[in-house]
Amino acid sequence: MADLAARPPLLRVARSRLRLRPGRAGVVVAGLILLMAIAGSLLAPLVWPLDQSAVALGQTRLAPSWTHLAGTDDLGRDVAHRAVYGLRVSLLVGAVAAVVATVLGGVVGGIAGTLGGRVDRILMRIVDTIAAMPHLLLGIFIVAMLRPSLGAVIASVGLTHWLSTARIVRSELLSLRTRPFIDAAISGGAGRLRVLTRHLLPHVLPRLALATTLMIPHAVWHETALSFLGLGLPPHLASLGNMINDGQGSLLTGAWWASLAPGAVIVVVTLAIAVLAARWRDRLDPRVRAELHL
Amino acid sequence: MTRSGRLAGVGAVVRRRLLVAVPVLAATSVGMFALGAASPVDPAKQYAGAAAFTASEENLAQLRANWGVDDPLPVQYLRWISNLAQGDLGWSTSRHEPVASVLAARAGWTLLLIGVALALVLVASLLLGALAAYRRGGLFDRALRAAAYAVQSMPVFWLGLAAIAVFALALGWLPAGGLTDVTATSTSWSDVAHHLILPVGVLAVSQAPWFVLFVRDAVAESMRDDHVLAARARGLPGRTVLFGHALRTALLPFLTLVGTHLPELVGGAVLVETVFSLPGLGAVTVAAALGSDFPLLAAITLVTTAVVLAANLATDLAYAAADPRVRLDG
Repeated sequence: MADLAARPPLLRVARSRLRLRPGRAGVVVAGLILLMAIAGSLLAPLVWPLDQSAVALGQTRLAPSWTHLAGTDDLGRDVAHRAVYGLRVSLLVGAVAAVVATVLGGVVGGIAGTLGGRVDRILMRIVDTIAAMPHLLLGIFIVAMLRPSLGAVIASVGLTHWLSTARIVRSELLSLRTRPFIDAAISGGAGRLRVLTRHLLPHVLPRLALATTLMIPHAVWHETALSFLGLGLPPHLASLGNMINDGQGSLLTGAWWASLAPGAVIVVVTLAIAVLAARWRDRLDPRVRAELHL
Repeated sequence: MTRSGRLAGVGAVVRRRLLVAVPVLAATSVGMFALGAASPVDPAKQYAGAAAFTASEENLAQLRANWGVDDPLPVQYLRWISNLAQGDLGWSTSRHEPVASVLAARAGWTLLLIGVALALVLVASLLLGALAAYRRGGLFDRALRAAAYAVQSMPVFWLGLAAIAVFALALGWLPAGGLTDVTATSTSWSDVAHHLILPVGVLAVSQAPWFVLFVRDAVAESMRDDHVLAARARGLPGRTVLFGHALRTALLPFLTLVGTHLPELVGGAVLVETVFSLPGLGAVTVAAALGSDFPLLAAITLVTTAVVLAANLATDLAYAAADPRVRLDG
């Protein structure tokens, strides 16, 4: 045991990951899917460039085949090709919006958790009240007032999704505050700032990173919902929500792939993120094992 | 605690909740108003629509003067919020009618959709969640959890379109959208019910995972409670232990959490209504958003929030009334 503990953690993780146990298959598959999604969205402009405004009216609503893996839409555009770019935009918006929401929630939760007492009570009551606002309606309001655009969508997600992060950070800080090592640091003469940056922050950061990761699927759903309603990204831009919206007409004439294929991409990728995040949470907190083992 | 003591507690709880909710909602309304004022859309041109291109500058100026949109912002805000407080929700610029009459005509369908879907979800999640908890880690439990996580990652509008593709187009069992048949000349309840099966089903399925997983965890927890173990030890049949003892223990805390999930249901209803072209609040919300209709959007958001807060308060009070051990600390 001793030499195992002395090994660098990265190597240990890599070692245990390589041993494929039955329960781990889901994690490996999810990891591969996510890796492909990220690599695909990073490399797409290099290896498979897309002309966003190109149409091919001679080949509209073709069924999936080897030349068009997910068929073509009502303007003859290749659905699989546009879905790759849609995923690229969705992941970008999702990640940026999740970071925005985490920063907002981290600040509010951080203030509540470090100051405690009356400030904490008031801030948490405010959070509870805002949580009663249907966040899709609030998000729609925000994009409507800012006019639909990339920035408006990010603002819409960020301003509606910070509540859970604030609650997580706050409760984590409150439970850390009573731990002996904080008392030890304070009696050792550490000031408030030093306790916060050197003792509290290192414990909170992994949770914050996990919360951000868990937020990405929500951000992607919110973004695609806005785009689906015609309130998100500009309509000519290949985004998963826009594609589902555009494909509705084709769906009613029997060309289901134009709408359902981009949606399937959302389902697979967000599910992969959720599976990986659940495994990560197990590692952070083995006592409250999440029971997601697919 | 005596009965009168508990009733006095109710008054105090309501007062404390209002003391928080009113300032927070007021602050939110300031934020929303500021966002509306910063919006690049000119309300007069928006109102005039295509006529804005031909309307004279005097006419547009007259329109702005009539609405007072050139007044200082604090004046405008106070006028809006005092009207709101008096029950005057304002004039919808995208629908050209009072906001209150838009809400009155539409809210019923949305409430019906949400109400029926919620009832379905509650019954199904209590049943399925309890069954999964009975044999924890069993085949049914694992299958149900896998399904729940899969459904959870499906956007509700995508689920709706998939349901249309399968049940309306491929199988032809149910209509793809709308509230009545195209050929219908009047609204009959059976026709409406037939049209609502798919939307209600889709909303219920999309909301179910959270409820099912919660019930399953709560019942699994209470299966280890002393009184449940005692019931098993007495040799009571499994069904009685599960539904009469374990589920019953888990039921009350679950019901109070339903209120906190209402905002999700409202959002889901907006999307489902859009997919199935239903005449509820969803369609007007989207149209209002495309037309930057501040009065309608702000009113819908604030009114639904007030309704959710009231529902949360009601469930909490009902919880305290049903279970004397519960103390409400605000």
